[in-house]
Amino acid sequence: MDRIIVDQITKTYATGKGKKRVETPALRGISFACAEGEIFGLIGPDGAGKTSLFRILTTLILPDSGQASMDGLDIVRDYAKIRKRVGYMPGRFSLYQDLTVEENMNLFASIFHTTVRENYHLVKEIYQQIEPFKHRRAGQLSGGMKQKLALSCALIHQPRILLLDEPTTGVDAVSRKEFWDMLDRLKAQGLTILVSTPYMDEAARCDKVGLIQEGSLFSVDTPQGICDEFTTPLWAAASDEMYPLLKDLRRSPEVKTAFAFGDSHHVTLANPTPASEHQLQEWLRQCGHTGITWKRIDPTIEDRFMAFTTESHV
Amino acid sequence: MSDYAIEARELTKKFGAFTAVDNISFDVSKGEIFGFLGANGAGKTTAMRMLIALSFPTSGSAKVAGFDLLKQPEQIKRNIGYMSQRFSLYQDLTVRENIRFYGGIYGLSDQELASRTAELLQRLGLESESGQLVGSLPLGWKQKLAFSVAILHRPRIVFLDEPTGGVDPVTRRAFWEMIYEAAASGITVFVTTHYMDEAEYCDRVSIMVDGRIDALDTPANLKKIYDAGSMDEVFLQLARKATRTDG
Repeated sequence: MDRIIVDQITKTYATGKGKKRVETPALRGISFACAEGEIFGLIGPDGAGKTSLFRILTTLILPDSGQASMDGLDIVRDYAKIRKRVGYMPGRFSLYQDLTVEENMNLFASIFHTTVRENYHLVKEIYQQIEPFKHRRAGQLSGGMKQKLALSCALIHQPRILLLDEPTTGVDAVSRKEFWDMLDRLKAQGLTILVSTPYMDEAARCDKVGLIQEGSLFSVDTPQGICDEFTTPLWAAASDEMYPLLKDLRRSPEVKTAFAFGDSHHVTLANPTPASEHQLQEWLRQCGHTGITWKRIDPTIEDRFMAFTTESHV
Repeated sequence: MSDYAIEARELTKKFGAFTAVDNISFDVSKGEIFGFLGANGAGKTTAMRMLIALSFPTSGSAKVAGFDLLKQPEQIKRNIGYMSQRFSLYQDLTVRENIRFYGGIYGLSDQELASRTAELLQRLGLESESGQLVGSLPLGWKQKLAFSVAILHRPRIVFLDEPTGGVDPVTRRAFWEMIYEAAASGITVFVTTHYMDEAEYCDRVSIMVDGRIDALDTPANLKKIYDAGSMDEVFLQLARKATRTDG
């Protein structure tokens, strides 16, 4: 059964009054479902509507229209019950900075009428890593430790669904991998996890991915399925001078798009034929580039995302 | 004058018994894009705070923008730009007010301020938003604006602390193009990031582990030395050697 069902959710914020009233749509009819023991990744930039959706699903704000259920419970009618079953880690560190690690844990446990001792087994693996600092105030913790404390607090009441709003933003590559390993283990225990992230490489670690932009989900599929939606042939180009190469690629009429991707530039052609490829490489040589490499590659989720966001702005 | 924008010599910072930055020495050339990497807690922010003269080293010395860190900290501050990890503009001031405020702090004349404000707004395409509160702008725009403001006084070096965290992939790339432009105009760029693809965009990269600089070279050489296919692999190999807890 689907643990999270979101059906045509809309939300618009209004500011000002009378003639000065401005309406800003945050969610324009979002629908998706997430099964038990599944990690659903919501991928999109700041302002795409991710946090609004999290606040609706955690029953903190009401949608304007549409329906959603969490663990079979309606987000409007059954809001009080949902709060007991959902663990939420907001994007901004929201624990009490002037309470210690241990005091924060005890507070969140007692809010849900339980104790840290009773549910220690649920958080043990994560909490043990910060337990040596349990007398330190939360405000004095490093970013990685704050993140572990916030996750421990979100898990202490044994939720069935975990909602994580950009848990890895600003976290280093090693800690990000460790965090996702933790999510895999929580998933194995049957937790359903809805997680948002701006890091496209993390999408590959989700069972299903939804790409969100300006309040609309434009693609929902498995990570592989999303990559497969990118049907235009894609090449990786490199030369000894990468930034001039990017500018020269964009100046060529053969090129449709060119974006920097680490050690190469990903390129699509306006008219992908061998003749066009040849012409482009000739142009790059004329521009004075040396050490040119050019090869066909498989698209990544980031390619798919950027193709969508750039097309939608044309 | 020397060819280096930064010359750090045995810089060390101790907090009680804890050595946050442990005897680091390195040079950054003028106009270079220098990537300053490390895991959370490796000592990056502490090292950067010393280089921008906000924190006094326990021992060691450095020259930044040609000035002595120990003797001329105020000159250093005037000749660098800094964009902090947490958004550094005032959310409840408008775009134009923020520019005016920072330009004023760096001592720009009214005339310079007027022409640079106009140029900045035009370059970012923010002319019609200049009266809007910065808090109401999308993150991508805020980051671009914060960078432009950080180099408004044409500093010799700009320090960027995780400038692209949480930004969408298109804006992230647009931001790096601004970095390239700044470097091309002669500004030295000292940047930290958690995106390993961005490490590839740097001329040279250093990787801090447990307060020390364990590797420093071009991305291509680092990949060769560590027999790695990507900077991500290089970073993981080095950062996993860390013994100190993420404090």
